[in-house]
Amino acid sequence: MPYSLMEFFPHEPKQSKLLNKLREIQYTEGYISKEATQQLATEMELSLVEVEGVISFYHFLHTKPTAKYVIYLNNSMISEIKGYSRIREALERETGTRFGTSDRTNTFALFETPCIGMSDQEPAALVNFYPFTNLNIMKVRNIIQALKDGEDPAVMCDCPDDNIMYLPPEDKTIFFRPYTAGEALAKLEIRTPEDVIEFVKKSNLSGRGGAFFPTWIKWDSCRKQEATPNYIICNADEGEPGTFKDRVLLNREPGSVLEGMIIAGYATGAKFGVIYLRAEYFWLKKKLEDTINEFYSKGLLGKNIKGKKGFDFDIRIQMGAGSYVCGEETALLESMEGKRGEPRTKWYFPVERGYLQKPTIVNNVETFAAVARMIEMGINEYLNRGIPGSPGTKLISLSGDVDNPGIYEIEWGMSIEELLNLAGAADPYFIQVSGPSGESVSMHEKHRKISMRDLMATQDIRCGGSVMVFNKYREIIDILINFSDFFMKESCGICTPCRAGNYIVHKKLEKIKHGIATYSDLNDLHQWCDIMKTTSRCGLGKTACNPPVFAIEKFRDYFEPKLDTTFDGLNHKFDLEESVKEYEKYKS
Amino acid sequence: MKNTKPKEKLVSFSIDGKTCEAREGQNLVDAAMENGVFIPSLCYFKHHDPPLGTCRACTCKVNGNYLPACIQKLEEGMAIEVNTEKLKDIRHALVEMMFAEGNHFCPSCEKSGNCDLQHMGYELGVTNIRFPHLFKDRVIDYNPQRMVLENNRCIKCRRCVEEVFTDEGKRVFMYHNRGIDTLVAVDYEQEAQLTEKQAKAAMDLCPTGAIIVRGSSLVEPFGERSFDMESDQKDYNVLFPSKKEQKKMDKKTVATVSLAGCFGCHMSLLDIDEQLLDIVNVVEFNKSPLTDIKEFTKRCDIGIVEGSCCNAENIETLRKFRDNCDILVSVGECAIWGGLPAMRNTIPLGECLEEAYINVETSVKGEWVIPYHEDLPKLLDRVYSCNEIVKIDYFVPGCPPSADHLWKVIRNLLWDEGFSVLYHEFKYD
Repeated sequence: MPYSLMEFFPHEPKQSKLLNKLREIQYTEGYISKEATQQLATEMELSLVEVEGVISFYHFLHTKPTAKYVIYLNNSMISEIKGYSRIREALERETGTRFGTSDRTNTFALFETPCIGMSDQEPAALVNFYPFTNLNIMKVRNIIQALKDGEDPAVMCDCPDDNIMYLPPEDKTIFFRPYTAGEALAKLEIRTPEDVIEFVKKSNLSGRGGAFFPTWIKWDSCRKQEATPNYIICNADEGEPGTFKDRVLLNREPGSVLEGMIIAGYATGAKFGVIYLRAEYFWLKKKLEDTINEFYSKGLLGKNIKGKKGFDFDIRIQMGAGSYVCGEETALLESMEGKRGEPRTKWYFPVERGYLQKPTIVNNVETFAAVARMIEMGINEYLNRGIPGSPGTKLISLSGDVDNPGIYEIEWGMSIEELLNLAGAADPYFIQVSGPSGESVSMHEKHRKISMRDLMATQDIRCGGSVMVFNKYREIIDILINFSDFFMKESCGICTPCRAGNYIVHKKLEKIKHGIATYSDLNDLHQWCDIMKTTSRCGLGKTACNPPVFAIEKFRDYFEPKLDTTFDGLNHKFDLEESVKEYEKYKS
Repeated sequence: MKNTKPKEKLVSFSIDGKTCEAREGQNLVDAAMENGVFIPSLCYFKHHDPPLGTCRACTCKVNGNYLPACIQKLEEGMAIEVNTEKLKDIRHALVEMMFAEGNHFCPSCEKSGNCDLQHMGYELGVTNIRFPHLFKDRVIDYNPQRMVLENNRCIKCRRCVEEVFTDEGKRVFMYHNRGIDTLVAVDYEQEAQLTEKQAKAAMDLCPTGAIIVRGSSLVEPFGERSFDMESDQKDYNVLFPSKKEQKKMDKKTVATVSLAGCFGCHMSLLDIDEQLLDIVNVVEFNKSPLTDIKEFTKRCDIGIVEGSCCNAENIETLRKFRDNCDILVSVGECAIWGGLPAMRNTIPLGECLEEAYINVETSVKGEWVIPYHEDLPKLLDRVYSCNEIVKIDYFVPGCPPSADHLWKVIRNLLWDEGFSVLYHEFKYD
């Protein structure tokens, strides 16, 4: 199928189609029945239990009937401070349904879901995967009434604003410059693939998903692999709570992302590109498809791109089905292969054996966009932005207790204080940088600069893309419990420290909330977090404990009054009344 | 298959500062073993490429980074740390975490003695578990024709998922759900395709007692199983040295109690045979079922607690022990983490009571009653370990602990007599 969007590449094995098929069945039928599962298993030549294993991994796939309208309300911390519980009540009242179930007429089903990438316009929910933002009780009432009247959520949904709040002065924006499709690709005419890699190396560009691995190293080692075909994968599984920069980028300049992927294809010799789009961004799929089709019609995708003989590149879209860990590159690959999204070990790197065991590059949306824009604007222009050792700009999704939540394109080197001032943060107290897996920052550290320079030497802070601001009226313990709950539910369950550890840590945090923890509990928590960090298999488990560790270290004052200081070293507090309550029911 | 056909080139590397030599590209677990260093691992399989890397019990420090040994290919000049205090503690913690996560009741498990996890506990000398037990209710699947799948015991090592296939090449086991709810599910149709031999192989593959083949799990008698035999490790090296000046064996006061337990630990205490005669000379028993003294009459040097807390009276008694004893020792599994009485912890109290008093076959229809009287101790919502209620100073594991071991511990605590924990005395099945 040249010159048009492909659903699958002809050489991909059957099982790669599994996730898209499951999603389709879920979307049309409302659930995946036993019969449908059996049929898929036969079709894919898998055992039934294997397909069921895949279904049960992703939280947007159901094995019990749901309803005509499936509503997912975001339960992230930002949503919580913006009125989550009120909206939750309103939804239950208006639909006559309890969360986790559907009503008797199977019209509405309500579920919670972690961050849907709308932190700048919370509370927000997805109805049949169409976004509804800035919810309030009146709005909920109107939406539910309209749905009852038979209106189509696809028509009445909101078009989420991009909320681009800040661009660097003197027209220094990189990502939101006027964009013309193909301009960067035109520059490739006089460049060899090695040139491109050299170019990316010069730019110091590193993984914008938050891992900050030098992009050129990935590209260069992929290029040197003998095995073919190679794959270029765009990681649009923006699952880190509080992050929505990729959403805005894909909505505003999807072309620049595609172009970055095509350039990566040129640099590494890969001919196949896949965009792994998280299920929550289903509403962006149409736009992406249109852009891809436009690229095909302009000769920017397909065979002999820009007239260059042998420069072929195709892109398809892979939808996710609800799993945070699939943002981890090897879990993403597993998911694309139609399996449970369990991260692989580092025995092989994706550039050696990635998708279908072939050399694969996985980069973030922003990384690809950055490549396209820097090639288009020239390296010197690019290096002109930011600070020495950390050139360029960074997209930051800012949310929480600020006047202007939205996207801030900052030059590297801006301090946290400057950023907070721009956003209009009143009484900021607890600042979570790079999402729950990142670093918690107190206002004592407001001078720290956001950059990708050497952290030890400069005390700078890296930012994967999200800054959540909480003011002094927020309870830190509630934030920690919300984060911990998120990790506990999103852990893939494959390694012991993350699977059991997150649960254990969650219990401990609840103990602190209930005021029965002692100093030794804080120490235990700190040590147990350290064990999780050192032994977990992937980034999720290694970073899940960051918030409690940073909070204990940086906000000690906050915890002290929460502890039980009456402990005499011998007798632990024990709520006898509470623990015999269940038995008291049998008092006749 | 890189780790099964390693290149023949030899490389040198170091383990804890000692220079070692092995084949390049070899798996670190094997390479260390060849050089006489044991790295504990539960999920590792020589022939599996890439290695599973799920249990993390083999975590070491490789060139300064914490990494599981089983996913390390050997390279020239690698500096590896295995037995530092921190690493030993981390590995210990991971095994503890597996015990805390599952519902492992060794005394009622068919695999006891043949269980890799139990063996690992012995090898590492796991006494008590720092983490709270999760007590999650997990599915036991009796549906397969030949097998029983006991998810309470599963450590999610992934061996069965990756290794058990039918002759047609279809998977028999697969993970379901995710996070803490992850469990192994079995495909009934495919399971029926397995030959008897393949089914037994699956049972043997399982490092714990999660996969049981009906009729063949008890063929080997307890006591003669692979890990019941002596280990290379004869003792754990002296854990409790004597003080320089050994105290005079002056007379001490001891109290004992059995809370929610079976009195087995008390029986074991009496099992010290002729040494009982020594005890009479040096120990005075105060409140204890052995003396039938009901209340404390004086302060005691040591309190020995057997059993866990399942009702309000247990809590009260335990608190009295804490108040009246200088040293409090938890003896046996029940006291340490709940043990067999804690089997009810995965099920709501109401369900337990109804099952016992209403739905039971011997109850007369319409005349059932769930006992409740102000003179009866009130049942707690779940069984609590002793150290959740009061501070416990020492833990002596075992079900029950052996008499010799118990006596050594007491002598050490009372008169600072040194002793070494011997491997064969240290069993908690």
